[in-house]
Amino acid sequence: MLAIIPQLAIGAADLAAAFLFMYGLKRMSSPVTAPSGIFVAGIGMAAAVVASFLYAFGVSAAARPFLMVNIALAVVALGLGGGLAWWSGRKVVMTSMPQMVALYNGMGGGAAGAIAAVELLGDKAQGMTQLVVTLIGALIGAVSLSGSLIAWAKLDRVIKKPLRVPGQQAFNAVVMLATLAVGGYIVFVTLASATPLIAMPGLIYLFFACALVFGVLMTLPIGGADMPVVISIYNAFTGLAVGLEGFVLQNPALMIAGMVVGAAGMLLTLLMAKAMNRSVSNILFTNFGATAKHKQTDIKGSLKPTEASDAGIFMRYASSVIIVPGYGLAISQGQQKLYEFVKLLQAAGVSVKFAIHPVAGRMPGQMDVLLAEAGVPYDLIFQLEDINDEFANTDVALVIGANDVVNPAARTEKSSPIFGMPILNADKAKKVYVVKRGDGKGYAGIQNALFYGDNCEMVYGDAQAVLVKMIEAVRGLGLSAAA
Amino acid sequence: MEFQIAFSGFVAVYIFMLAGFAGWVIIGGVPAILHTPLMSGSNFVHGIVVVGGIFALLNASTVQEQVIGFFAVLLGAGNAAGGYAVTDRMLAMFQPSGPKAHKGKRRHAKSSHLKKS
Repeated sequence: MLAIIPQLAIGAADLAAAFLFMYGLKRMSSPVTAPSGIFVAGIGMAAAVVASFLYAFGVSAAARPFLMVNIALAVVALGLGGGLAWWSGRKVVMTSMPQMVALYNGMGGGAAGAIAAVELLGDKAQGMTQLVVTLIGALIGAVSLSGSLIAWAKLDRVIKKPLRVPGQQAFNAVVMLATLAVGGYIVFVTLASATPLIAMPGLIYLFFACALVFGVLMTLPIGGADMPVVISIYNAFTGLAVGLEGFVLQNPALMIAGMVVGAAGMLLTLLMAKAMNRSVSNILFTNFGATAKHKQTDIKGSLKPTEASDAGIFMRYASSVIIVPGYGLAISQGQQKLYEFVKLLQAAGVSVKFAIHPVAGRMPGQMDVLLAEAGVPYDLIFQLEDINDEFANTDVALVIGANDVVNPAARTEKSSPIFGMPILNADKAKKVYVVKRGDGKGYAGIQNALFYGDNCEMVYGDAQAVLVKMIEAVRGLGLSAAA
Repeated sequence: MEFQIAFSGFVAVYIFMLAGFAGWVIIGGVPAILHTPLMSGSNFVHGIVVVGGIFALLNASTVQEQVIGFFAVLLGAGNAAGGYAVTDRMLAMFQPSGPKAHKGKRRHAKSSHLKKS
Protein backbone atom coordinates (compact mmCIF):
# COMPACT_ATOMS: atom_id res chain seq x y z
CA MET A 1 0.00 0.00 0.00
CA LEU A 2 1.09 3.49 -0.77
CA ALA A 3 2.21 5.54 2.23
CA ILE A 4 -0.10 8.41 3.03
CA ILE A 5 2.11 11.39 2.03
CA PRO A 6 3.09 10.22 -1.49
CA GLN A 7 -0.48 9.11 -2.02
CA LEU A 8 -1.79 12.57 -1.19
CA ALA A 9 0.87 14.23 -3.34
CA ILE A 10 0.02 12.08 -6.36
CA GLY A 11 -3.68 12.69 -5.84
CA ALA A 12 -3.17 16.46 -5.62
CA ALA A 13 -0.91 16.55 -8.69
CA ASP A 14 -3.36 14.50 -10.75
CA LEU A 15 -6.25 16.69 -9.65
CA ALA A 16 -4.29 19.79 -10.64
CA ALA A 17 -3.40 18.20 -13.99
CA ALA A 18 -7.01 17.32 -14.78
CA PHE A 19 -8.09 20.88 -13.98
CA LEU A 20 -5.24 22.53 -15.88
CA PHE A 21 -5.86 20.36 -18.98
CA MET A 22 -9.48 21.47 -19.21
CA TYR A 23 -8.65 25.08 -18.34
CA GLY A 24 -5.84 25.07 -20.91
CA LEU A 25 -8.05 23.66 -23.66
CA LYS A 26 -10.66 26.28 -22.81
CA ARG A 27 -8.07 29.05 -23.17
CA MET A 28 -7.20 27.67 -26.61
CA SER A 29 -10.64 28.72 -27.81
CA SER A 30 -9.37 32.21 -28.68
CA PRO A 31 -6.20 33.22 -30.53
CA VAL A 32 -5.51 35.83 -27.84
CA THR A 33 -5.34 33.41 -24.93
CA ALA A 34 -4.34 30.27 -26.85
CA PRO A 35 -0.53 30.35 -26.33
CA SER A 36 -1.03 30.54 -22.56
CA GLY A 37 -3.52 27.69 -22.86
CA ILE A 38 -0.93 25.17 -23.97
CA PHE A 39 1.48 26.50 -21.31
CA VAL A 40 -1.12 25.96 -18.59
CA ALA A 41 -1.76 22.42 -19.82
CA GLY A 42 2.00 21.84 -19.93
CA ILE A 43 2.34 22.72 -16.23
CA GLY A 44 -0.35 20.19 -15.43
CA MET A 45 1.51 17.53 -17.42
CA ALA A 46 4.85 18.29 -15.74
CA ALA A 47 3.28 18.12 -12.27
CA ALA A 48 1.59 14.79 -12.99
CA VAL A 49 4.76 13.23 -14.47
CA VAL A 50 6.98 14.33 -11.57
CA ALA A 51 4.44 13.15 -9.00
CA SER A 52 4.07 9.79 -10.73
CA PHE A 53 7.56 8.81 -9.56
CA LEU A 54 6.11 8.77 -6.05
CA TYR A 55 4.43 5.52 -7.08
CA ALA A 56 7.86 4.08 -6.21
CA PHE A 57 6.81 4.23 -2.54
CA GLY A 58 3.97 1.83 -3.09
CA VAL A 59 5.11 -0.82 -5.55
CA SER A 60 3.99 -4.40 -5.14
CA ALA A 61 6.22 -6.77 -3.19
CA ALA A 62 7.10 -8.67 -6.36
CA ALA A 63 8.43 -5.55 -8.06
CA ARG A 64 10.43 -4.23 -5.08
CA PRO A 65 13.74 -5.92 -5.98
CA PHE A 66 13.60 -4.31 -9.43
CA LEU A 67 12.66 -0.86 -8.20
CA MET A 68 15.99 0.91 -8.76
CA VAL A 69 16.37 -0.58 -12.24
CA ASN A 70 12.79 0.34 -13.07
CA ILE A 71 13.23 3.94 -11.92
CA ALA A 72 16.37 4.21 -14.04
CA LEU A 73 14.51 2.70 -17.03
CA ALA A 74 11.67 5.18 -16.56
CA VAL A 75 14.04 8.14 -16.48
CA VAL A 76 15.85 6.91 -19.59
CA ALA A 77 12.59 6.28 -21.44
CA LEU A 78 11.26 9.72 -20.47
CA GLY A 79 14.42 11.46 -21.58
CA LEU A 80 14.80 9.49 -24.79
CA GLY A 81 11.16 9.57 -25.95
CA GLY A 82 10.55 13.12 -24.75
CA GLY A 83 13.84 14.43 -26.10
CA LEU A 84 13.52 12.90 -29.57
CA ALA A 85 9.90 14.00 -29.95
CA TRP A 86 10.66 17.50 -28.67
CA TRP A 87 13.55 17.84 -31.10
CA SER A 88 11.51 16.61 -34.08
CA GLY A 89 8.54 18.77 -33.10
CA ARG A 90 10.73 21.89 -32.96
CA LYS A 91 12.36 21.21 -36.30
CA VAL A 92 9.45 20.01 -38.47
CA VAL A 93 8.25 22.41 -41.18
CA MET A 94 4.73 23.73 -40.79
CA THR A 95 3.40 22.04 -43.92
CA SER A 96 4.40 18.67 -42.43
CA MET A 97 2.45 19.34 -39.26
CA PRO A 98 -0.43 16.93 -39.95
CA GLN A 99 1.85 13.90 -40.22
CA MET A 100 3.70 14.87 -37.05
CA VAL A 101 0.40 15.06 -35.17
CA ALA A 102 -0.42 11.62 -36.60
CA LEU A 103 2.92 10.26 -35.40
CA TYR A 104 2.63 11.64 -31.84
CA ASN A 105 -0.94 10.41 -31.71
CA GLY A 106 0.14 6.92 -32.72
CA MET A 107 2.70 7.01 -29.90
CA GLY A 108 -0.05 7.79 -27.40
CA GLY A 109 -2.14 4.91 -28.71
CA GLY A 110 0.89 2.64 -28.50
CA ALA A 111 1.53 3.69 -24.91
CA ALA A 112 -2.07 2.91 -23.95
CA GLY A 113 -1.78 -0.47 -25.70
CA ALA A 114 1.51 -1.22 -23.93
CA ILE A 115 0.00 -0.45 -20.52
CA ALA A 116 -2.85 -2.81 -21.33
CA ALA A 117 -0.30 -5.45 -22.37
CA VAL A 118 1.50 -5.19 -19.03
CA GLU A 119 -1.80 -5.53 -17.19
CA LEU A 120 -2.89 -8.51 -19.29
CA LEU A 121 0.41 -10.39 -19.32
CA GLY A 122 0.86 -9.87 -15.58
CA ASP A 123 -2.73 -11.06 -15.06
CA LYS A 124 -3.35 -7.92 -12.98
CA ALA A 125 -6.89 -7.16 -14.04
CA GLN A 126 -9.38 -8.06 -11.34
CA GLY A 127 -12.80 -9.29 -12.32
CA MET A 128 -14.70 -9.22 -15.55
CA THR A 129 -15.25 -5.45 -15.79
CA GLN A 130 -11.57 -4.61 -15.48
CA LEU A 131 -10.57 -7.36 -17.88
CA VAL A 132 -13.07 -6.31 -20.54
CA VAL A 133 -12.17 -2.62 -20.19
CA THR A 134 -8.47 -3.45 -20.45
CA LEU A 135 -9.09 -5.42 -23.63
CA ILE A 136 -11.24 -2.71 -25.22
CA GLY A 137 -8.62 -0.10 -24.35
CA ALA A 138 -5.92 -2.35 -25.79
CA LEU A 139 -7.90 -2.84 -29.01
CA ILE A 140 -8.55 0.88 -29.52
CA GLY A 141 -5.00 1.83 -28.59
CA ALA A 142 -3.46 -0.72 -30.96
CA VAL A 143 -5.74 0.28 -33.86
CA SER A 144 -4.86 3.91 -33.19
CA LEU A 145 -1.14 3.08 -33.21
CA SER A 146 -0.98 1.16 -36.48
CA GLY A 147 -3.63 3.33 -38.16
CA SER A 148 -1.83 6.54 -37.23
CA LEU A 149 1.43 5.15 -38.59
CA ILE A 150 -0.26 4.41 -41.93
CA ALA A 151 -1.79 7.91 -41.90
CA TRP A 152 1.66 9.33 -41.25
CA ALA A 153 3.14 7.28 -44.11
CA LYS A 154 0.44 8.46 -46.49
CA LEU A 155 0.80 12.12 -45.59
CA ASP A 156 4.57 11.88 -45.73
CA ARG A 157 4.28 10.25 -49.16
CA VAL A 158 5.97 7.06 -48.04
CA ILE A 159 2.80 5.34 -49.26
CA LYS A 160 1.65 7.13 -52.36
CA LYS A 161 -1.57 5.46 -53.45
CA PRO A 162 -4.56 4.15 -51.57
CA LEU A 163 -4.57 0.37 -51.68
CA ARG A 164 -7.92 -1.00 -52.75
CA VAL A 165 -8.80 -4.55 -53.62
CA PRO A 166 -12.21 -6.13 -54.19
CA GLY A 167 -13.80 -7.57 -51.10
CA GLN A 168 -11.56 -5.49 -48.88
CA GLN A 169 -14.30 -4.37 -46.55
CA ALA A 170 -15.57 -7.89 -46.03
CA PHE A 171 -12.02 -9.00 -45.24
CA ASN A 172 -11.56 -6.10 -42.81
CA ALA A 173 -14.79 -7.08 -41.09
CA VAL A 174 -13.49 -10.63 -40.73
CA VAL A 175 -10.27 -9.39 -39.14
CA MET A 176 -12.29 -7.20 -36.76
CA LEU A 177 -14.51 -10.14 -35.79
CA ALA A 178 -11.45 -12.34 -35.30
CA THR A 179 -9.95 -9.72 -32.96
CA LEU A 180 -13.17 -9.57 -30.95
CA ALA A 181 -13.36 -13.35 -30.88
CA VAL A 182 -9.82 -13.66 -29.51
CA GLY A 183 -10.64 -10.98 -26.93
CA GLY A 184 -13.83 -12.77 -25.93
CA TYR A 185 -11.93 -16.05 -25.66
CA ILE A 186 -9.37 -14.41 -23.34
CA VAL A 187 -12.21 -13.24 -21.07
CA PHE A 188 -13.81 -16.70 -21.12
CA VAL A 189 -10.56 -18.53 -20.38
CA THR A 190 -9.63 -16.16 -17.54
CA LEU A 191 -13.03 -16.15 -15.83
CA ALA A 192 -13.74 -19.85 -16.24
CA SER A 193 -10.11 -20.76 -15.44
CA ALA A 194 -10.30 -23.06 -18.45
CA THR A 195 -7.23 -24.37 -20.26
CA PRO A 196 -6.81 -22.28 -23.44
CA LEU A 197 -6.02 -23.84 -26.81
CA ILE A 198 -2.99 -21.60 -27.05
CA ALA A 199 -0.99 -20.73 -23.92
CA MET A 200 -2.03 -17.40 -22.42
CA PRO A 201 0.80 -15.07 -23.48
CA GLY A 202 0.40 -16.37 -27.03
CA LEU A 203 -3.30 -15.60 -26.96
CA ILE A 204 -2.64 -12.05 -25.80
CA TYR A 205 0.00 -11.54 -28.51
CA LEU A 206 -2.47 -12.85 -31.08
CA PHE A 207 -5.06 -10.35 -29.85
CA PHE A 208 -2.65 -7.44 -30.25
CA ALA A 209 -1.47 -8.69 -33.65
CA CYS A 210 -5.06 -8.86 -34.93
CA ALA A 211 -5.81 -5.36 -33.61
CA LEU A 212 -2.67 -3.90 -35.20
CA VAL A 213 -3.41 -5.57 -38.53
CA PHE A 214 -6.96 -4.23 -38.43
CA GLY A 215 -5.66 -0.67 -37.92
CA VAL A 216 -3.44 -1.05 -41.00
CA LEU A 217 -6.16 -2.59 -43.17
CA MET A 218 -8.74 -0.02 -42.15
CA THR A 219 -6.49 2.93 -43.05
CA LEU A 220 -4.87 1.67 -46.26
CA PRO A 221 -7.84 2.19 -48.62
CA ILE A 222 -8.53 5.75 -47.48
CA GLY A 223 -7.23 8.46 -49.80
CA GLY A 224 -4.51 10.87 -48.70
CA ALA A 225 -6.83 13.86 -48.84
CA ASP A 226 -9.12 12.29 -46.26
CA MET A 227 -6.28 11.66 -43.82
CA PRO A 228 -7.00 14.74 -41.64
CA VAL A 229 -10.38 13.33 -40.70
CA VAL A 230 -8.78 9.95 -40.08
CA ILE A 231 -6.13 11.49 -37.83
CA SER A 232 -8.85 13.29 -35.93
CA ILE A 233 -10.69 9.99 -35.42
CA TYR A 234 -7.53 8.29 -34.20
CA ASN A 235 -6.91 11.24 -31.91
CA ALA A 236 -10.30 10.59 -30.34
CA PHE A 237 -9.54 6.84 -30.26
CA THR A 238 -6.29 7.36 -28.38
CA GLY A 239 -8.09 9.59 -25.92
CA LEU A 240 -10.67 6.88 -25.37
CA ALA A 241 -8.00 4.20 -24.94
CA VAL A 242 -6.14 6.36 -22.42
CA GLY A 243 -9.37 6.97 -20.51
CA LEU A 244 -10.15 3.25 -20.36
CA GLU A 245 -6.64 2.31 -19.24
CA GLY A 246 -6.98 5.09 -16.65
CA PHE A 247 -9.98 3.22 -15.27
CA VAL A 248 -7.98 0.00 -15.15
CA LEU A 249 -5.13 1.74 -13.29
CA GLN A 250 -7.68 3.59 -11.12
CA ASN A 251 -6.13 6.90 -12.14
CA PRO A 252 -8.75 9.67 -12.41
CA ALA A 253 -6.39 12.07 -14.25
CA LEU A 254 -6.04 9.58 -17.12
CA MET A 255 -9.76 8.89 -17.07
CA ILE A 256 -10.71 12.57 -17.28
CA ALA A 257 -8.00 13.71 -19.72
CA GLY A 258 -8.62 10.70 -21.96
CA MET A 259 -12.36 11.12 -22.06
CA VAL A 260 -12.16 14.91 -22.59
CA VAL A 261 -9.95 14.27 -25.63
CA GLY A 262 -12.17 11.41 -26.78
CA ALA A 263 -15.24 13.64 -26.82
CA ALA A 264 -13.39 16.66 -28.20
CA GLY A 265 -11.83 14.57 -30.95
CA MET A 266 -15.21 13.15 -31.93
CA LEU A 267 -16.75 16.63 -32.15
CA LEU A 268 -13.80 17.88 -34.18
CA THR A 269 -14.14 14.90 -36.54
CA LEU A 270 -17.82 15.63 -37.08
CA LEU A 271 -17.09 19.32 -37.75
CA MET A 272 -14.47 18.39 -40.34
CA ALA A 273 -16.66 15.83 -42.06
CA LYS A 274 -19.48 18.38 -42.19
CA ALA A 275 -17.18 20.95 -43.80
CA MET A 276 -16.34 18.37 -46.47
CA ASN A 277 -20.02 17.61 -46.97
CA ARG A 278 -19.51 13.95 -46.15
CA SER A 279 -20.40 11.66 -43.31
CA VAL A 280 -17.69 10.02 -41.24
CA SER A 281 -18.77 6.56 -42.39
CA ASN A 282 -18.62 7.77 -45.99
CA ILE A 283 -14.99 8.79 -45.48
CA LEU A 284 -14.05 5.55 -43.76
CA PHE A 285 -15.86 3.06 -45.96
CA THR A 286 -16.24 4.50 -49.46
CA ASN A 287 -13.60 5.38 -51.96
CA PHE A 288 -14.11 8.99 -52.88
CA GLY A 289 -12.19 8.75 -56.13
CA ALA A 290 -14.52 6.06 -57.38
CA THR A 291 -17.73 7.98 -56.74
CA ALA A 292 -16.40 11.08 -58.50
CA LYS A 293 -16.62 9.47 -61.93
CA HIS A 294 -19.94 10.79 -63.10
CA LYS A 295 -21.16 12.24 -66.36
CA GLN A 296 -20.49 15.92 -66.37
CA THR A 297 -22.51 18.54 -68.17
CA ASP A 298 -20.30 20.50 -70.53
CA ILE A 299 -19.34 23.92 -69.38
CA LYS A 300 -19.82 26.79 -71.79
CA GLY A 301 -17.23 29.48 -72.24
CA SER A 302 -13.47 29.34 -72.41
CA LEU A 303 -10.44 29.69 -70.21
CA LYS A 304 -8.89 33.14 -70.50
CA PRO A 305 -5.21 33.22 -69.63
CA THR A 306 -3.57 36.44 -68.50
CA GLU A 307 -0.18 37.67 -67.33
CA ALA A 308 0.72 37.76 -63.64
CA SER A 309 1.92 41.35 -63.95
CA ASP A 310 -1.39 42.53 -65.46
CA ALA A 311 -3.32 40.83 -62.68
CA GLY A 312 -1.04 42.36 -60.05
CA ILE A 313 -1.47 45.86 -61.40
CA PHE A 314 -5.24 45.44 -61.71
CA MET A 315 -5.40 44.54 -58.02
CA ARG A 316 -3.17 47.50 -57.12
CA TYR A 317 -5.87 49.83 -58.47
CA ALA A 318 -8.83 47.92 -57.05
CA SER A 319 -10.38 49.07 -53.81
CA SER A 320 -11.02 45.67 -52.30
CA VAL A 321 -9.46 42.21 -52.73
CA ILE A 322 -10.35 38.91 -51.11
CA ILE A 323 -7.73 36.18 -51.31
CA VAL A 324 -8.76 32.52 -51.33
CA PRO A 325 -5.68 30.41 -50.59
CA GLY A 326 -5.61 26.65 -51.09
CA TYR A 327 -3.14 23.84 -50.70
CA GLY A 328 -1.43 24.76 -53.98
CA LEU A 329 -0.11 27.85 -52.22
CA ALA A 330 1.34 25.74 -49.42
CA ILE A 331 2.93 23.30 -51.88
CA SER A 332 4.83 26.10 -53.58
CA GLN A 333 5.68 27.66 -50.18
CA GLY A 334 4.31 30.97 -51.43
CA GLN A 335 2.80 32.26 -48.16
CA GLN A 336 5.66 34.69 -47.48
CA LYS A 337 5.46 36.17 -50.95
CA LEU A 338 1.70 36.36 -50.69
CA TYR A 339 1.90 38.43 -47.52
CA GLU A 340 4.56 40.64 -49.12
CA PHE A 341 2.16 41.25 -52.01
CA VAL A 342 -0.70 41.92 -49.57
CA LYS A 343 1.40 44.50 -47.71
CA LEU A 344 2.10 46.26 -51.02
CA LEU A 345 -1.63 46.37 -51.78
CA GLN A 346 -2.42 47.62 -48.30
CA ALA A 347 0.19 50.36 -48.66
CA ALA A 348 -1.63 51.42 -51.82
CA GLY A 349 -4.87 51.70 -49.89
CA VAL A 350 -6.47 48.44 -51.03
CA SER A 351 -8.61 46.62 -48.49
CA VAL A 352 -7.36 43.02 -48.38
CA LYS A 353 -8.95 40.07 -46.61
CA PHE A 354 -8.27 36.35 -46.57
CA ALA A 355 -11.13 33.89 -46.95
CA ILE A 356 -10.42 30.44 -45.57
CA HIS A 357 -12.50 27.42 -46.43
CA PRO A 358 -12.88 24.97 -43.54
CA VAL A 359 -11.02 22.25 -45.44
CA ALA A 360 -8.33 24.42 -47.00
CA GLY A 361 -4.98 22.71 -46.52
CA ARG A 362 -4.50 19.16 -45.37
CA MET A 363 -6.00 19.61 -41.95
CA PRO A 364 -8.84 21.91 -40.83
CA GLY A 365 -7.29 25.19 -39.87
CA GLN A 366 -3.91 24.32 -41.34
CA MET A 367 -4.12 27.19 -43.83
CA ASP A 368 -4.66 29.56 -40.90
CA VAL A 369 -1.49 28.25 -39.29
CA LEU A 370 0.50 28.57 -42.52
CA LEU A 371 -0.65 32.17 -43.02
CA ALA A 372 0.06 32.98 -39.39
CA GLU A 373 3.54 31.54 -39.84
CA ALA A 374 4.12 33.93 -42.76
CA GLY A 375 3.18 36.79 -40.45
CA VAL A 376 -0.39 37.46 -41.60
CA PRO A 377 -2.28 38.94 -38.63
CA TYR A 378 -5.26 36.82 -37.65
CA ASP A 379 -7.69 39.73 -37.89
CA LEU A 380 -7.25 39.70 -41.69
CA ILE A 381 -8.27 36.05 -41.83
CA PHE A 382 -11.97 35.30 -42.17
CA GLN A 383 -13.84 32.02 -42.12
CA LEU A 384 -16.36 31.03 -44.75
CA GLU A 385 -19.55 32.02 -42.97
CA ASP A 386 -18.15 35.42 -41.96
CA ILE A 387 -17.00 36.55 -45.39
CA ASN A 388 -19.12 34.79 -47.98
CA ASP A 389 -21.62 37.66 -48.38
CA GLU A 390 -18.81 40.13 -49.02
CA PHE A 391 -17.66 38.65 -52.35
CA ALA A 392 -20.56 40.31 -54.22
CA ASN A 393 -19.30 43.75 -53.16
CA THR A 394 -15.65 43.00 -53.79
CA ASP A 395 -13.61 44.12 -56.79
CA VAL A 396 -11.26 41.16 -57.05
CA ALA A 397 -11.22 37.60 -55.74
CA LEU A 398 -7.73 36.12 -55.99
CA VAL A 399 -7.88 32.31 -55.88
CA ILE A 400 -4.45 30.77 -55.28
CA GLY A 401 -4.05 27.03 -55.49
CA ALA A 402 -7.64 26.33 -54.54
CA ASN A 403 -10.17 24.59 -56.76
CA ASP A 404 -13.04 22.53 -55.38
CA VAL A 405 -13.74 24.96 -52.54
CA VAL A 406 -14.72 27.66 -55.04
CA ASN A 407 -16.56 25.40 -57.52
CA PRO A 408 -20.10 26.75 -58.09
CA ALA A 409 -21.18 23.23 -59.04
CA ALA A 410 -21.55 22.64 -55.31
CA ARG A 411 -24.48 25.07 -55.38
CA THR A 412 -26.16 24.13 -58.65
CA GLU A 413 -25.23 20.75 -60.05
CA LYS A 414 -27.12 18.00 -58.23
CA SER A 415 -25.13 15.19 -59.86
CA SER A 416 -21.81 16.62 -58.72
CA PRO A 417 -19.95 14.73 -55.98
CA ILE A 418 -19.42 18.00 -54.16
CA PHE A 419 -23.06 19.11 -54.42
CA GLY A 420 -24.17 20.68 -51.16
CA MET A 421 -20.65 21.36 -49.87
CA PRO A 422 -20.39 24.91 -48.57
CA ILE A 423 -18.16 26.87 -50.95
CA LEU A 424 -16.62 30.31 -51.03
CA ASN A 425 -18.58 32.55 -53.41
CA ALA A 426 -15.52 33.73 -55.30
CA ASP A 427 -17.51 33.66 -58.56
CA LYS A 428 -19.69 36.52 -57.27
CA ALA A 429 -16.80 38.99 -57.16
CA LYS A 430 -16.60 41.54 -59.97
CA LYS A 431 -13.31 40.09 -61.17
CA VAL A 432 -11.71 36.73 -60.40
CA TYR A 433 -8.07 35.79 -60.87
CA VAL A 434 -7.17 32.12 -60.49
CA VAL A 435 -3.53 31.22 -59.96
CA LYS A 436 -3.03 27.61 -61.02
CA ARG A 437 -0.24 25.41 -62.27
CA GLY A 438 -2.21 24.03 -65.20
CA ASP A 439 -5.65 23.00 -66.38
CA GLY A 440 -5.73 20.06 -63.99
CA LYS A 441 -8.79 19.24 -62.00
CA GLY A 442 -9.11 19.51 -58.25
CA TYR A 443 -9.07 16.70 -55.76
CA ALA A 444 -12.69 15.84 -56.57
CA GLY A 445 -11.68 15.35 -60.22
CA ILE A 446 -14.32 17.64 -61.69
CA GLN A 447 -14.32 20.68 -63.92
CA ASN A 448 -14.78 24.07 -62.31
CA ALA A 449 -17.33 26.39 -63.97
CA LEU A 450 -15.82 29.33 -62.11
CA PHE A 451 -12.75 29.21 -64.38
CA TYR A 452 -14.94 29.57 -67.47
CA GLY A 453 -16.93 32.54 -66.18
CA ASP A 454 -16.89 35.88 -68.01
CA ASN A 455 -15.39 37.61 -64.99
CA CYS A 456 -12.56 35.09 -64.55
CA GLU A 457 -9.00 35.11 -65.86
CA MET A 458 -6.39 32.42 -65.33
CA VAL A 459 -2.81 33.11 -64.27
CA TYR A 460 -0.83 29.95 -64.96
CA GLY A 461 2.29 29.09 -63.03
CA ASP A 462 3.68 28.07 -59.68
CA ALA A 463 2.03 30.18 -56.96
CA GLN A 464 5.27 31.53 -55.56
CA ALA A 465 6.68 32.44 -59.00
CA VAL A 466 3.42 34.17 -59.95
CA LEU A 467 3.42 36.18 -56.73
CA VAL A 468 7.01 37.28 -57.31
CA LYS A 469 5.97 38.61 -60.73
CA MET A 470 2.97 40.39 -59.23
CA ILE A 471 5.16 42.00 -56.58
CA GLU A 472 7.67 43.15 -59.21
CA ALA A 473 4.89 44.61 -61.37
CA VAL A 474 3.35 46.56 -58.51
CA ARG A 475 6.75 47.73 -57.25
CA GLY A 476 7.64 48.80 -60.79
CA LEU A 477 4.81 51.26 -61.00
CA GLY A 478 5.00 52.15 -57.34
CA LEU A 479 7.48 54.97 -58.00
CA SER A 480 5.42 56.71 -60.64
CA ALA A 481 2.17 56.07 -58.79
CA ALA A 482 3.51 57.62 -55.63
CA ALA A 483 4.54 60.80 -57.43
CA MET B 1 -6.09 6.43 7.48
CA GLU B 2 -6.81 5.42 3.94
CA PHE B 3 -7.36 7.79 1.04
CA GLN B 4 -7.57 5.25 -1.74
CA ILE B 5 -10.87 5.59 -3.55
CA ALA B 6 -12.15 2.98 -5.94
CA PHE B 7 -13.54 4.37 -9.19
CA SER B 8 -15.64 1.38 -9.92
CA GLY B 9 -19.08 0.78 -11.35
CA PHE B 10 -21.27 3.81 -11.77
CA VAL B 11 -18.73 6.22 -10.27
CA ALA B 12 -16.44 5.52 -13.22
CA VAL B 13 -19.31 5.91 -15.66
CA TYR B 14 -20.23 9.25 -14.06
CA ILE B 15 -16.63 10.46 -14.40
CA PHE B 16 -16.52 9.39 -18.05
CA MET B 17 -19.87 11.02 -18.78
CA LEU B 18 -19.00 14.35 -17.17
CA ALA B 19 -15.50 14.44 -18.70
CA GLY B 20 -16.90 13.62 -22.12
CA PHE B 21 -19.49 16.35 -21.80
CA ALA B 22 -16.84 18.82 -20.66
CA GLY B 23 -14.67 17.99 -23.67
CA TRP B 24 -17.59 18.42 -26.04
CA VAL B 25 -18.53 21.82 -24.59
CA ILE B 26 -14.95 23.11 -24.34
CA ILE B 27 -14.14 22.28 -27.95
CA GLY B 28 -17.52 23.47 -29.22
CA GLY B 29 -16.46 27.06 -28.62
CA VAL B 30 -13.26 26.92 -30.63
CA PRO B 31 -13.20 28.89 -33.91
CA ALA B 32 -12.18 27.05 -37.09
CA ILE B 33 -9.02 29.15 -37.29
CA LEU B 34 -7.67 27.23 -34.27
CA HIS B 35 -8.73 23.73 -35.30
CA THR B 36 -5.24 22.50 -36.17
CA PRO B 37 -3.57 23.74 -32.98
CA LEU B 38 -6.53 22.38 -31.08
CA MET B 39 -6.23 18.90 -32.56
CA SER B 40 -2.56 19.02 -31.70
CA GLY B 41 -3.34 20.41 -28.23
CA SER B 42 -5.81 17.65 -27.42
CA ASN B 43 -3.24 15.23 -28.81
CA PHE B 44 -0.83 16.63 -26.19
CA VAL B 45 -3.40 16.18 -23.42
CA HIS B 46 -3.73 12.44 -23.95
CA GLY B 47 0.04 12.30 -23.53
CA ILE B 48 -0.90 11.99 -19.83
CA VAL B 49 -0.84 8.29 -20.65
CA VAL B 50 2.88 8.52 -19.79
CA VAL B 51 1.86 8.63 -16.13
CA GLY B 52 0.15 5.27 -16.53
CA GLY B 53 3.27 4.00 -18.28
CA ILE B 54 5.47 5.06 -15.36
CA PHE B 55 3.09 3.32 -12.95
CA ALA B 56 3.23 0.12 -15.00
CA LEU B 57 7.02 0.24 -15.35
CA LEU B 58 7.66 0.89 -11.64
CA ASN B 59 5.49 -2.12 -10.81
CA ALA B 60 7.13 -4.38 -13.38
CA SER B 61 8.46 -7.60 -11.90
CA THR B 62 9.56 -9.54 -15.00
CA VAL B 63 11.85 -8.67 -17.89
CA GLN B 64 8.88 -8.88 -20.26
CA GLU B 65 6.96 -6.33 -18.20
CA GLN B 66 10.03 -4.12 -17.95
CA VAL B 67 10.48 -4.10 -21.73
CA ILE B 68 6.82 -3.36 -22.48
CA GLY B 69 6.66 -0.82 -19.65
CA PHE B 70 9.78 0.87 -21.01
CA PHE B 71 8.08 1.26 -24.39
CA ALA B 72 4.91 2.56 -22.72
CA VAL B 73 6.89 5.35 -21.06
CA LEU B 74 8.97 5.98 -24.20
CA LEU B 75 5.92 6.33 -26.45
CA GLY B 76 3.89 8.27 -23.88
CA ALA B 77 6.75 10.72 -23.34
CA GLY B 78 7.02 11.15 -27.11
CA ASN B 79 3.31 11.87 -27.34
CA ALA B 80 3.45 14.49 -24.59
CA ALA B 81 6.70 16.23 -25.56
CA GLY B 82 6.03 16.22 -29.31
CA GLY B 83 2.45 17.36 -28.85
CA TYR B 84 3.57 20.25 -26.67
CA ALA B 85 6.37 21.30 -29.02
CA VAL B 86 4.24 21.53 -32.16
CA THR B 87 1.22 23.07 -30.43
CA ASP B 88 3.32 25.75 -28.77
CA ARG B 89 5.04 26.56 -32.07
CA MET B 90 1.77 26.88 -33.94
CA LEU B 91 0.06 29.01 -31.31
CA ALA B 92 3.00 31.38 -30.97
CA MET B 93 2.55 32.31 -34.63
CA PHE B 94 -0.92 33.76 -34.22
CA GLN B 95 -0.41 37.49 -33.97
CA PRO B 96 -2.91 40.34 -34.26
CA SER B 97 -2.18 43.23 -36.64
CA GLY B 98 -1.15 46.65 -35.41
CA PRO B 99 1.37 47.63 -32.73
CA LYS B 100 0.46 44.67 -30.53
CA ALA B 101 2.20 42.41 -33.02
CA HIS B 102 5.59 43.44 -31.69
CA LYS B 103 4.66 42.68 -28.12
CA GLY B 104 4.43 38.95 -28.92
CA LYS B 105 6.96 37.22 -26.72
CA ARG B 106 8.56 34.24 -28.40
CA ARG B 107 8.50 34.31 -32.17
CA HIS B 108 10.41 31.09 -32.80
CA ALA B 109 12.34 32.75 -35.57
CA LYS B 110 14.49 29.70 -36.08
CA SER B 111 11.53 27.53 -37.07
CA SER B 112 12.47 28.13 -40.66
CA HIS B 113 9.58 27.73 -43.02
CA LEU B 114 11.39 27.69 -46.30
CA LYS B 115 13.25 24.45 -45.89
CA LYS B 116 12.10 21.81 -48.26
CA SER B 117 8.73 20.46 -47.27
